[in-house]
Amino acid sequence: MATEQKMTYETWPASPEKQTLEAKNKFLGFWFFLGGETVLFASLFATYLALKDKVPSSDMALAKDLFEIPLAFIMTMLLLTSSLTSVYAMYHMKNFNFKKMQLWLGITVLLGLGFLGLEIYEFNHYVHEFHHSFTSSAFGSAFYTLVGFHGAHVAFGLLWITTLMIRNSKRGLSLYNAPKFYVASLYWHFIDVVWVFIFTVVYLMGMVG
Amino acid sequence: MANQQPNSGNPRVDIEYRRKKSAEEMRHQVITFALMIFLTIVAFVAAGYEGFSGWFVVPFILILALVQVVFQLYYFMHMSHKGHEAPAMFLYSGAFVGFITIIAFLTVIWW
Repeated sequence: MATEQKMTYETWPASPEKQTLEAKNKFLGFWFFLGGETVLFASLFATYLALKDKVPSSDMALAKDLFEIPLAFIMTMLLLTSSLTSVYAMYHMKNFNFKKMQLWLGITVLLGLGFLGLEIYEFNHYVHEFHHSFTSSAFGSAFYTLVGFHGAHVAFGLLWITTLMIRNSKRGLSLYNAPKFYVASLYWHFIDVVWVFIFTVVYLMGMVG
Repeated sequence: MANQQPNSGNPRVDIEYRRKKSAEEMRHQVITFALMIFLTIVAFVAAGYEGFSGWFVVPFILILALVQVVFQLYYFMHMSHKGHEAPAMFLYSGAFVGFITIIAFLTVIWW
C-alpha cells in the first residue's frame, strides 16, 4: 500500500500503524528500544536503592524528611490521566478522526507540562529548603539521576508529540504518519510505567522508611 | 494480515463491525483506567497510614505497582493484541536483566 496515498474513512485499515514495511520495522524496533530502556531504568533504580539515605552527616535530610504525599499524588494523577488521554488519541487515530486525535494529543501534552512544572517546583524546593542537591550526598546524586532521568523522558516525549502534531497539522492522517503517532504514544505510556515504580519505590517507600 | 478483521465483502458492514470493536475496547480501557486510579489511591493510603508496619506496606505497594504496570502494558500499550510476541520477548528480557541488576545491588554491595 502506498504510504502517501490519500485515505478515506472507508479505506482506512484496521491497524494503520502496521501497514507498511517501514511501520512494522518501526514497531519492532521501538519495542526493542523499550526493552533496553527497562534495563537502563532498572540500573538507576538499583543505584538509588543502594544509595538511599546515604548522607555524609546526620543533620542532612533523608527520604522520610523530604517527600510529601500530596505533591507525589497530584503528579501521579496528572501522568496517569495523560496516559488515558493518549489512549483516546489512538482510538480516534484508528477511527480516522484526525481533529479529535490532535485534540486529545494536545490535552496529553498539557497534562505532561503540568507534571513537569510540578517536578521543577519539587526539585527547587528540595534544593532550597533542604539543601538536598545533586552534589550534597550520594543519596542526592542517586535521587536526581533517577527522577531527573524520568523527567527528561517526559520533556523529550512532550517535544516529540508536539513536533508530530505541528509537522502533520495540515497533512491529515496517512499510513506514513499513523505509525509515528502510534510509536510516540507507546513511548508516553512507557514513561507512565516507569513513574508507577518511581512513586512506589522512591516516594511511598521513602515515606514508610 | 493477521490482525485484519474478517471481511464480509461489504465495506460498510466491516466498518460498523470495527467501530463497535474499537468502542468496546475503549470501554475496557476506561475500566482499566478506573482500576489503576483505585490501585494508586490504595497504595498512597497504605503508605500514609501510621498503623501499618513497613514489613507489610512495602511488599503490598510493590504488588500494587506490578498489577498497575501489567494493566498499562496489556491494555494501554496493546500487548494483549495479536502480533506482540516479539515485543513481549524484548520487554520481559529487559525486565529480567533489570531484576537481576536490582537484586545484585541490594545483596552483593551492601551486605
